[in-house]
Amino acid sequence: MTDLTEDDIRTAVRAWLVENWDPEQGLVAWRNMLIESGWGMPHWPQEWYGRGLPVGMTPVVEEEFDKRGAVGVAKLGIRTLAAATILEHGTDLHKQRFLRGILTGEESWCQLFSEPGSGSDLAGAATRADFRDGKWIINGQKVWNTSAHRADFGLLLARTDWDAVKHKGLSYFLLDMRQPGVEVHQLRQMNDHASFNQVFFTDAVVEPEYRIGELGEGWKVATTTLMHERRGADGVRRYDTGSDRQGRIYEEERAEVATVMEPYIWYPQRTGRADLLVERAKAAGRWDDPAVRQEVAKALTLARSAEWTARRAREAQQAGRPQGPEGSIGKLAASMVARACAKAHTMIAGPDAMLSGADDGADGVVAEILVSTPAISIAGGTDEIQRNIISERILSMPKEARHDADRPFREVPRNQAG
Amino acid sequence: MKFSFSEEQTEFRNMLRRFLRDRSPTTEVRRVIETEAGYDPEVWRVMAEDLGVAAIHIPEAYGGAGFGISELAIAAEEAGRALLPSPFFGSTVLAATAIAEAGTDAQKQALLPGIAAGGTIAALAAAEPRGGWNAGAFTATASPDNGSWRLSGRKSYVLDGMIADLVVAAARLPEGGLGLFSLPTDSAGLARRALRSMDPTRRLAEITFDGAPAVLLGGPAAGGPAWERVLDIAAICLAGEMVGGAERLREDALEYVSMRIQFGRSIASFQVTKHKAADMLLEVELAKAAAYYAAAAADDDEESDQPLAALASLAKAAAADTYMQTAVHAVQMHGGIGFTHDNDTQLWFKRAKASEVFLGSAADHRERMLQQWNA
Ligand SMILES: Cc1cc2nc3c(=O)[nH]c(=O)nc-3n(C[C@H](O)[C@H](O)[C@H](O)COP(=O)(O)OP(=O)(O)OC[C@H]3O[C@@H](n4cnc5c(N)ncnc54)[C@H](O)[C@@H]3O)c2cc1C
Repeated sequence: MTDLTEDDIRTAVRAWLVENWDPEQGLVAWRNMLIESGWGMPHWPQEWYGRGLPVGMTPVVEEEFDKRGAVGVAKLGIRTLAAATILEHGTDLHKQRFLRGILTGEESWCQLFSEPGSGSDLAGAATRADFRDGKWIINGQKVWNTSAHRADFGLLLARTDWDAVKHKGLSYFLLDMRQPGVEVHQLRQMNDHASFNQVFFTDAVVEPEYRIGELGEGWKVATTTLMHERRGADGVRRYDTGSDRQGRIYEEERAEVATVMEPYIWYPQRTGRADLLVERAKAAGRWDDPAVRQEVAKALTLARSAEWTARRAREAQQAGRPQGPEGSIGKLAASMVARACAKAHTMIAGPDAMLSGADDGADGVVAEILVSTPAISIAGGTDEIQRNIISERILSMPKEARHDADRPFREVPRNQAG
Repeated sequence: MKFSFSEEQTEFRNMLRRFLRDRSPTTEVRRVIETEAGYDPEVWRVMAEDLGVAAIHIPEAYGGAGFGISELAIAAEEAGRALLPSPFFGSTVLAATAIAEAGTDAQKQALLPGIAAGGTIAALAAAEPRGGWNAGAFTATASPDNGSWRLSGRKSYVLDGMIADLVVAAARLPEGGLGLFSLPTDSAGLARRALRSMDPTRRLAEITFDGAPAVLLGGPAAGGPAWERVLDIAAICLAGEMVGGAERLREDALEYVSMRIQFGRSIASFQVTKHKAADMLLEVELAKAAAYYAAAAADDDEESDQPLAALASLAKAAAADTYMQTAVHAVQMHGGIGFTHDNDTQLWFKRAKASEVFLGSAADHRERMLQQWNA
């Protein structure tokens, strides 16, 4: 398969689409067919709904889908993180049980890592998983869990051994969110959206076969999830709004997008919306203001350079270089871009930056940018943590002296619950 | 007294700080911004009647306390620190200063005592939609009408415009000069509309004048020079308010990181946190120095080598940049909590964002500063 050229692949995709694509069929039925064909996730292994193609060929396949207007498998939300984690660490049972529902869009996921006491220090998780009567019993609290109020399943990191050192006492579970022991409360953000939640566990249950990875190896599994999260957070990713085409399948897709993307509707704004700068500067009559132009140019420079860096990383990956730390650079760059854009948008808006909603002169978009950009340097690992990763892992600088990894977790100082 | 405060000034500041800590903690701020008025009339009454806050710089002859801009800026700083929603800035700092600077003796007698007592709330309508606060940007017009005047045009970003009884508006005179006019907000030909402000602690309105009858403050020559002085004092007080807010953000962030543990240790023990905290202190102290110097110069410009406009604009621009930067750092230092509605950091963040552009952007003020600079 791997000796296929790009042209071979394009031809094969086109032929398959001519044969099978029909916008009047149902979304789930179509996706089931797509999953069987392997064209939905072409870089996945053949035995699991893929074609074993190099990951660099996936955009090529997507391009052919786009040309044809064909709908792909479900890729929005936390599902991609769940899929990547299950694919890499899951048992056949996990793959059988979950991958299809992820790809058809019928089942949705959330990530249950952060806790009130442990955010940057995810490995400091103190949610308990105790093995009792043949089941894992979960107690504790998670927080900042995007989409947890909608999710069917959660990727749960919990402590199974309090005497082991912190990274060795964690295990990773695939948790059914729809059970009495799981309670979800939405949290309101400074931008007035409520995308994330607090999740409380009171004797929630996980059947033993839904632990993923070895006992005590949860941190290793979580690292895979985080790697994919950071890679996706570079701000270059397309934010899907669904196609405006006519046809049953498009209608179903639009409905799906509206539901799944609801917690993320402000996400484009948190990137700073470099794409709007020139248009906004012209519309606001500030295009000739030299001070404004300087800020717009600086923001665009950063935004484009970040995009090109991400492209370089992707091409290197396509050329078969092993997964590297590029994701961390992209995430930090995204924070710089967002801040530069917020500054430029403020200058463009002038006094209108004091207004919001319909009064801000841009249907509330600018106001939303200004109160959403602070999220980007926190969500998915803070800027400070990204800098630690870059300096220690990419630059091989000396690690911080640690006092939390050399003793049983129960002896490590941590925040009081509450 | 440019580089230190007198004992009386320090006592005044402490008294205000105590009062606001008791009467306007953030739980109160959050309650009050959900009310229709947007401020607590009782707190304002006590501040005006018992603490004299509405009257600080209004001359005694007009019912005021006769203090200076330094004292006015101290009050602004404390209000900014507490994020107090109140008519103080719109009525006392902006409108009363305009009346005091432009009005005739009789006009001041008529208008200032009510404002000084706190019972009358006045607002200043100057900038226009998308426009700035420099006099050249005002396009609203005034036309003579039987010995009086009629105003036409639209004003925006009017601080506390919806609760004001009285408005002072800037408009072009027929010969092109600038006039400052006063009129009650229930006048015929005056319509107002609440704007949705990003910062809920600071409410804004749009006011449209359609031949509204108004009184010209002072003579036709008074408006131009008065406006520059009003803008200077407003910029100085806003700078004070901003450094007050920035300092509070800085202190709260420091307190938070000192309590928070990650990786088995206080996050305050990470060098990057310490450096950030040190930078924040540096920036806030620099901005405070500029704000204090400008306020002192407004009371006594004999000593300074620079005109007040340059100092006021310098202080405004410096405070605006510092406030925003401090707010960004403060959110970041709180991590996820800092992005929530329930955490108070966001309240100051929004005030910092609004203050960044209120009365003109930092770039506008740096330009104004250099145009006035004595090289
Ligand atoms: C919009 C948004 C969406 C999110 N979605 C999810 C989600 O779906 N699932 C999920 O599990 N979590 C999610 N999070 C949580 C996010 O990952 C955490 O907020 C983040 O990792 C920081 O953790 P914390 O909030 O506990 O802050 P803390 O870790 O307490 O950090 C506070 C401050 O200390 C600094 N700090 C901490 N450690 C160090 C160090 N070693 N060196 C230097 N500085 C340090 C931090 O950089 C930060 O400035 C989301 C957050 C946001 C804002």
